Amino acid sequence: MSDPLLRITDLAVDYRTGRRDGTPAVRGVSLHVEPGEFVSLVGESGSGKTTLIQGALGLLPAAARIRSGSIEYSDVDVTGWNDRRMALVRGNYVGFIPQDPNASLNPVKKVGQQVVEAVRFNRPKGAPATHYRQAALESLRTAGLADAERVFGQYPHQLSGGMKQRALIAIALAGQPKIIVADEPTSALDVTVQKRILDHLAGLREQLGIGILLVTHDLGVALERSDRILVMQHGEIVEQGPVTRILTDATSEYTRRLLAAAPSRHAGRLQPTRTVRPDSSGAVVLRAAGLTKNYRDLRALDRADLIVREGTTHAIVGESGAGKSTLAGILAGFTNADAGSVQLHGRELTGLNRKQLREVRRDLQFVFQNPFTSLDPRFTVRKLIAEPLKAFGLPSDERVRDLLHDVALDETYLHRLPAQLSGGQRQRVAIARALALNPKVLILDEAVSALDVSVQAQILQLLVDLQAELGLSYAFVTHDLGVVRLIADDVTVMKDGRVVESGPVEQVFAAPAHEYTRQLLAAVPGADLVPAVQS
Amino acid sequence: MLRYVALKVGRALFVVWAAFTVTFVLLFVLPANPVDLLFDPAEINAIPDEVKAQVAANYGFNKPVVLQYLDRFGHAVIGDFGNSVQSGKPVTRAILDVLPSTLVLASGALVLAVLIAFGIALVATATRRPWLRNLVEALPSGAVSVPVFLSGILVLQIFSFRLGWFPSFGDDGVRSLILPLITLAVPVAGPIAQLLVRSFGTELHSGYVTTSWAKGATRGSILVRDVFRNASLPALTIAGVTFGNLIAGSVITETVFARQGIGRMTQTAINTLDVPLVAGIVVLVAASFALINLVVDLICPVLDPRLRATLTTGGTA
Repeated sequence: MSDPLLRITDLAVDYRTGRRDGTPAVRGVSLHVEPGEFVSLVGESGSGKTTLIQGALGLLPAAARIRSGSIEYSDVDVTGWNDRRMALVRGNYVGFIPQDPNASLNPVKKVGQQVVEAVRFNRPKGAPATHYRQAALESLRTAGLADAERVFGQYPHQLSGGMKQRALIAIALAGQPKIIVADEPTSALDVTVQKRILDHLAGLREQLGIGILLVTHDLGVALERSDRILVMQHGEIVEQGPVTRILTDATSEYTRRLLAAAPSRHAGRLQPTRTVRPDSSGAVVLRAAGLTKNYRDLRALDRADLIVREGTTHAIVGESGAGKSTLAGILAGFTNADAGSVQLHGRELTGLNRKQLREVRRDLQFVFQNPFTSLDPRFTVRKLIAEPLKAFGLPSDERVRDLLHDVALDETYLHRLPAQLSGGQRQRVAIARALALNPKVLILDEAVSALDVSVQAQILQLLVDLQAELGLSYAFVTHDLGVVRLIADDVTVMKDGRVVESGPVEQVFAAPAHEYTRQLLAAVPGADLVPAVQS
Repeated sequence: MLRYVALKVGRALFVVWAAFTVTFVLLFVLPANPVDLLFDPAEINAIPDEVKAQVAANYGFNKPVVLQYLDRFGHAVIGDFGNSVQSGKPVTRAILDVLPSTLVLASGALVLAVLIAFGIALVATATRRPWLRNLVEALPSGAVSVPVFLSGILVLQIFSFRLGWFPSFGDDGVRSLILPLITLAVPVAGPIAQLLVRSFGTELHSGYVTTSWAKGATRGSILVRDVFRNASLPALTIAGVTFGNLIAGSVITETVFARQGIGRMTQTAINTLDVPLVAGIVVLVAASFALINLVVDLICPVLDPRLRATLTTGGTA
């Protein structure tokens, strides 16, 4: 076997915080990528995977410092090289595909020009401009943009997320690198787009014989695509090996937990671990009919219907632009529909004035997507949870303690600020706040999508438990079909503002009636893999 | 697109009209007897009533306020603000006489301020030496906190009286312009620089810069090719707003350096209660302020394709 394209040996990286040095982010990590190999690095947020990649590319932030270890590209040790020397390696030898395609292209420059730059930095000087242009167009085509000439003259904002990611792949390929490092290249994209991009990357590896190092938080993606998987936790590699072995015989406890937490690897719905309240009648609590909403010329929502039964969860799934958040906003009374009606316990909500809507809010609460922005950073946990109680003039002290207990946090959290909580704890507080007024219905807008898989699993379990205990009904907006399987009884699939399919989860997933539902299901990473946990 | 331009032009016209109206109310309606303002307070009792009545009739003060307003507004639209009480010259003429001198000073100072601000931002962002970055980043707040009259006198002391490099006053040629330019530009450069330093810093850590690093770009080329244009957009708007500071600053600068110009004329007009002249100057300043900001508003879409896109589609995105 020839030399590995990339070999990292015993790399340790510290972050300097304040005057003291040394919060270690990466501790003694070794990895290698061979020519034509697809290696995935899996880890949750804070595992140090991004720091490791930045180290490999020589792009560590100023506060970080390589304490020991070495980085070699084809046996050339580049550890500690300055920017000028690293510039010769980057683009030329190693291509990089960044995480968020929407932020990673210069908004004021045409796409073509940005690819041309990537070509020019990495080719012999003095070639005519047309030569660069040709190479850039070629690169765009290789990245899967068939209409390369048109894209060449467009600005980033004129492209969709998937096309931007392809343009970024074109940039990474423009220097004809031997290895491509991709940092969560599809986590900001819809599943069907993710599937196409990943298919394409895998194709490039076979076609060009390059090595690929994929960094991802999604074990499903890693399992489905790679030759070899490395699992990272707390700055260390805790497990590595070929996919088949990881699947059947994971040695590390953490890997097994990740495998168990991955929603796509569960077959059935989560079971409540708390006492079930028996009196769930299954009557309709929330009914929406013919909801339509236009934003200027765009029809965001087109005659959408939805029924949430008491004590059950109705998932609303779809990709970006499907209108699912608009629907959630209308259900919660944040947005007014242009047409259609929403009824809560048979009471019409559309057309209510502010005061009446306020009363309705007692029964109908909302949990937002991002627990990092939905909590006032200057409020303590106690104040956050007490806020809705205060707003309705209810006594709060005892109730706040009960609520904290309900979401499995103890009283030591009462006086903490959101900044002192982890993502999962924040979402627990947000849920406690939503439950403060004893609502009947919770509307959850992507309530777990900002969380790591293992935290996500905990929050989903909490939601299922609370539902069983309190008889809650959920309208659960998500883009993740794996999550739907875990939590929902009914599911509504949306596309371009319309409901394409609706029904019980088992029925829709087992025998999807609509072509789009089939596409969505097929695109879920790891969908073909045998479920490991039958719960 | 056309809608956008019409909207911005409309807004600019509104600002000028509002300035005119407020000035009219302040100078001609609120004083119990506007005629009193036209005379020296020391001599006002010595002036016979017939003369006052004569003057009031001349200025149209005996007509209803609404008619006065419409009359003045109609004249103002065609650039006629009446005659200066002191010199007897038409206000427009008097303003146009000194306008070029102030215009050169103000626009020169704006250009210089923007250059200084970009210099500070570039050095602060490009340097890898923390002490140099800290030093440079401290300059903007320093620049703002020194008042114009103080820095004016200071540079006069050093460069004119001590070193004798530049003349201390007057307005003959480029050499006499340099010290006032610097004096006026420094405090204006402060806020622009502060904003630029921050936006350069933010943009340097944005995603597309990482992409450029990964392409194999060097630090210098990233700053020039990627960061510069994105970081400049917010500063452009601030530069427009800052123009108001320049006019205010020119009053002091022109006085300290004994230059003729709008600033000094304003000062004299207020001292001598030359009401028509004050009204004319206020409207002129409002008009130039509106014009500068109109230009900035119209340039922004040219520099930012995203803005352009929202304009052509009429979308709100």
